[in-house]
Amino acid sequence: MNFETTIGLEVHIEMKTNSKAYSPAPVVYGAEPNTNTNVIDWGYPGVLPQLNKGALEYGMRAALALNCEIARDIHFDRKNYFYPDNPKAYQITQAQTPIGHDGWLEIELEDGTKKKIGIEEMHVEEDAGKNTHAGDGYSYVDLNRQGTPLIEIVSKPDIASPEEAYAYLTRLRQIIQFTGVSDVKMEEGSMRADVNISVRPIGSTKFGTKTEMKNLNSFEHVKKGLEYEAKRQERVLMAGGEIQQETRRFDEPSGETILMRVKEGKSDYRYFPEPDLPPIHISDEWVAQVKGSIPEMPDVRRKRYVNDWGITEYDAGVLTQTKEMSDFYEATVAAGADAKLAANWLMGEVSAYLNAQKVELGQTALTPEHLATMIKLIQDETISSKIAKKVFKEIIKNDTEPKAWVEEKGMVQLSDPAKLQPIIDEVLDNNAQSIEDFKNGKDRAVGFLVGNIMKQTHGKANPKVVNKLLMASLKER
Amino acid sequence: MAISANEVKHVASLAKLEFSDAELQKFTGQMDQIINMVQQLSEVDTTDVPVTTTVTDAFNVMREDIAVKGTDRELLMENVPERKDGFIKVPAIIDESEEG
Amino acid sequence: MDYFTTDLTSLHEKLVNKDLSVEELTKETFKTIKDRDQQIAAFLALNEEAALKQAKELDQNGIDPANVLAGIPIAIKDNIVTKGLRTTAASKMLENFDPIYDATVMEKLAAAQMINVGKVNMDEFAMGGSTESSAFKVTKNAWDQTKVPGGSSGGSAAAVASGQVLAALGSDTGGSIRQPAAYNGIVGVKPTYGRVSRYGLIAFASSLDQIGPLTRTVKDNAYVLNAISGHDSRDFTSSDREVPDFTQGLDGDIKGMKIAVPKEYFGEGVAKDVKEAIKKAIKTFESLGATVDEVSLPHSKYGVPVYYIIASSEASSNLQRFDGIRYGFRAQDVKNLEDVYVRSRSEGFGDEVKRRIMLGTFSLSAGTYDAFFKKAAQVRTLICQDFAQVFNDYDLILGPTAPTTAYGIGDEINDPITMYMNDILTIPVNLAGLPGMSLPAGFSNGLPIGMQLIAPQFREDTMYKAGYAFEQATDFHKQVPTIGGQN
Repeated sequence: MNFETTIGLEVHIEMKTNSKAYSPAPVVYGAEPNTNTNVIDWGYPGVLPQLNKGALEYGMRAALALNCEIARDIHFDRKNYFYPDNPKAYQITQAQTPIGHDGWLEIELEDGTKKKIGIEEMHVEEDAGKNTHAGDGYSYVDLNRQGTPLIEIVSKPDIASPEEAYAYLTRLRQIIQFTGVSDVKMEEGSMRADVNISVRPIGSTKFGTKTEMKNLNSFEHVKKGLEYEAKRQERVLMAGGEIQQETRRFDEPSGETILMRVKEGKSDYRYFPEPDLPPIHISDEWVAQVKGSIPEMPDVRRKRYVNDWGITEYDAGVLTQTKEMSDFYEATVAAGADAKLAANWLMGEVSAYLNAQKVELGQTALTPEHLATMIKLIQDETISSKIAKKVFKEIIKNDTEPKAWVEEKGMVQLSDPAKLQPIIDEVLDNNAQSIEDFKNGKDRAVGFLVGNIMKQTHGKANPKVVNKLLMASLKER
Repeated sequence: MAISANEVKHVASLAKLEFSDAELQKFTGQMDQIINMVQQLSEVDTTDVPVTTTVTDAFNVMREDIAVKGTDRELLMENVPERKDGFIKVPAIIDESEEG
Repeated sequence: MDYFTTDLTSLHEKLVNKDLSVEELTKETFKTIKDRDQQIAAFLALNEEAALKQAKELDQNGIDPANVLAGIPIAIKDNIVTKGLRTTAASKMLENFDPIYDATVMEKLAAAQMINVGKVNMDEFAMGGSTESSAFKVTKNAWDQTKVPGGSSGGSAAAVASGQVLAALGSDTGGSIRQPAAYNGIVGVKPTYGRVSRYGLIAFASSLDQIGPLTRTVKDNAYVLNAISGHDSRDFTSSDREVPDFTQGLDGDIKGMKIAVPKEYFGEGVAKDVKEAIKKAIKTFESLGATVDEVSLPHSKYGVPVYYIIASSEASSNLQRFDGIRYGFRAQDVKNLEDVYVRSRSEGFGDEVKRRIMLGTFSLSAGTYDAFFKKAAQVRTLICQDFAQVFNDYDLILGPTAPTTAYGIGDEINDPITMYMNDILTIPVNLAGLPGMSLPAGFSNGLPIGMQLIAPQFREDTMYKAGYAFEQATDFHKQVPTIGGQN
């Protein structure tokens, strides 16, 4: 029997607003516990929510970037459940009137095929605080994250393989990053996915029973978990068994999914309209205004890089994978660097450095201005590409102005023939044998002579100029 | 429509309340009475009638996205029954499944 | 201090003329409270130290002759949070709760230089109509100490009616200001939804709750509402409409005013003596030049079930935050988190509160939402439309505030349906977000009867104008109760 897989993803992404979704407390990652909270976040008796316009507009921006229809008359709803990180014991969300619905995004698989994945709906809500389980019989609650605005994006059942799920997440992260509503930092938990998966015999019209995995914050885990889970479900069905509706957990060391609990009916969250927040009407003008505020999306940038700057389709794709890289690239070009050289450096040395050090571009000292200056120094032959590597090491680690540094360190390339000629003459005078070898057609002699000249100039001689002068001098001898 | 003691128990678990058997019986009876009263509403034709969930005249009320420093933690902590190192301390969660 | 023979204006004059200092007034007030409240049991907490300090400061700085409220003591219902002053909502759940911020109305009263003398009793979390569901004490009716003061703002009403203060703040979700005002023979106003900020009011039912004043006279009431009204950026449901001066236009002239009397407000269950008093009141209005017609509010009979579903649903959600984790009561010897929740809530809440939480939770749960919550929210629309239709042709609606006078303490508490029927006249006003006023309209067997005036949204001015004219034409407000054998 052959099976087909259906996967659904519910992705939560934290937005980088200044303040929380329903309170003016600051949104800050990594602060001391309970220091960025107020009485509203704590659900103190008598407090009322205050909707953040920025959160709603960011939500609208993301929905538009995901090609969603925007709901014009919206209200907020309460989702009721008890948990220590949920102080009001309800989450203010948009259950009945999500701000966006019926959108899509396009994924590209490794073999180059493209596929549209539908988006059921996208809504704005608030994140919960954080419980730390100390293992001492207690949990410790930090409400700093409480109220951080989130968007939740719910896919249509169009995803048919773990690979597609991976591509969907990658694409989603890319689009959201480019909208500027979130940095989408996985390591800070600002993007988390709930996934569900079912399999059914090919040709069957009815979906199989779903199992789900919650709060995954690694694309790799999503892919591996789904791969395992699809196979597990197929095995169970082949053996004549039945899939139970259950929540499972991906266990990284074993690569398996482990049963957490069997679902007994649907959770009863007792949703109802939030009476503390008046309804919102979204006008055409408002939608147009938000649409106008959306930064250029990756596909548009990609085309522009190819058409205007003449770099390859492949390079443009790599450079637009993250907004950070793409922004950096554009700033480097804007600072006067040659577009092709800038692309080469970012995809070569810079990427290699980031991979080796396991850091993000923003965590290094490199600035687009410094990179552009260095590239210009190479182009106008002030420094050699060999020296450039030294310069690069310096400017990616320290906030050093490359031109001044090159001068200070005496690394400026020696290109003046008037200064080089005497050195060349001296080297030739001292190496009569090499001149002899050259005349006898031994090209290796040239390399030896150049090496000597470089040694004499402490590596600063411009190889091109040296070559030219040397060949002329050799012919004269 | 009558409500059973088991249904009342289920509702109590959602509301995080517990009742003794005697209380449960009393509550079941009282809830039954109220639910019967509520049944009156079924005689009203509400086809195409919109819901009213707020009577405020305000709409499109939003706050600009400007952050205001959080409240002093010590002050917030004043009423907390148990605390430690700036955290609110609670007995451990046995069932992890409620996470929403 | 004899608050029975004075009002805000005359007291203000004495303070301005320095016939009386604010400190003297405040001390006198506490003296009266300590004496008289032994019979009435209205107060849960006194704010003596802070009040006297504020009084001295006001004396030093002088009383602004333009501010009638300066230096006047006021009592606050205990579901309005007061920074540093214990606020319990009359629940064991908040027995030791000290708020860390002030409700907006407290800031406004402070700006008006009124003096908060203390917190007054109520039904637990404002759920009830007799103040008997308070976890702490049973407040007595000012006119007969074997009777309930009504509720849930029973402490507020009894404190004013027994002459302990001239004014108190209450809250009204389904009649909780108007009904105790009626039972105690005073003036109680529930403003239009959105007129007064709810920030700092411990929520019962968010789409129905409003804070409002209870006073001995209509004009005093208007003064206090002036002070607490207005838009608040912390309550997104508060209206940004301009607030008129409600004391303007109190001239007794209501010629040509069109008053509607819904026939449904005189149905069975409304006592004969109440009906008669209201009929007399209608005659008074007619003699003052108003026209009075009978109208129909056909859906008002559904008000009670609609109210119980909506109020309980919202309450079930609003009261979930009382979980024993960040503040309030936490049960002892808890083993795990579930224990903290279930035991803290089961031990911390009283029966009436639990009953409403249960009904609300049930109404919102997956299988019942459409038949209960949604249905009620639809019928609520019809109730609103009934009012809108009447207000197309009329300035005011008039009727009794409560179907009977105050009943005996312990009489009805075991029969929830009967208790709930008591709210039938006041509930539709909250459902439609309208302003309503109860004012004295007669007596029966020594107990006050209240008349209710209902105005279109944001037309409190009409209500005050008519109420003032009626008050000036009658002398019910001049009657004084007997407390502990004295008055």
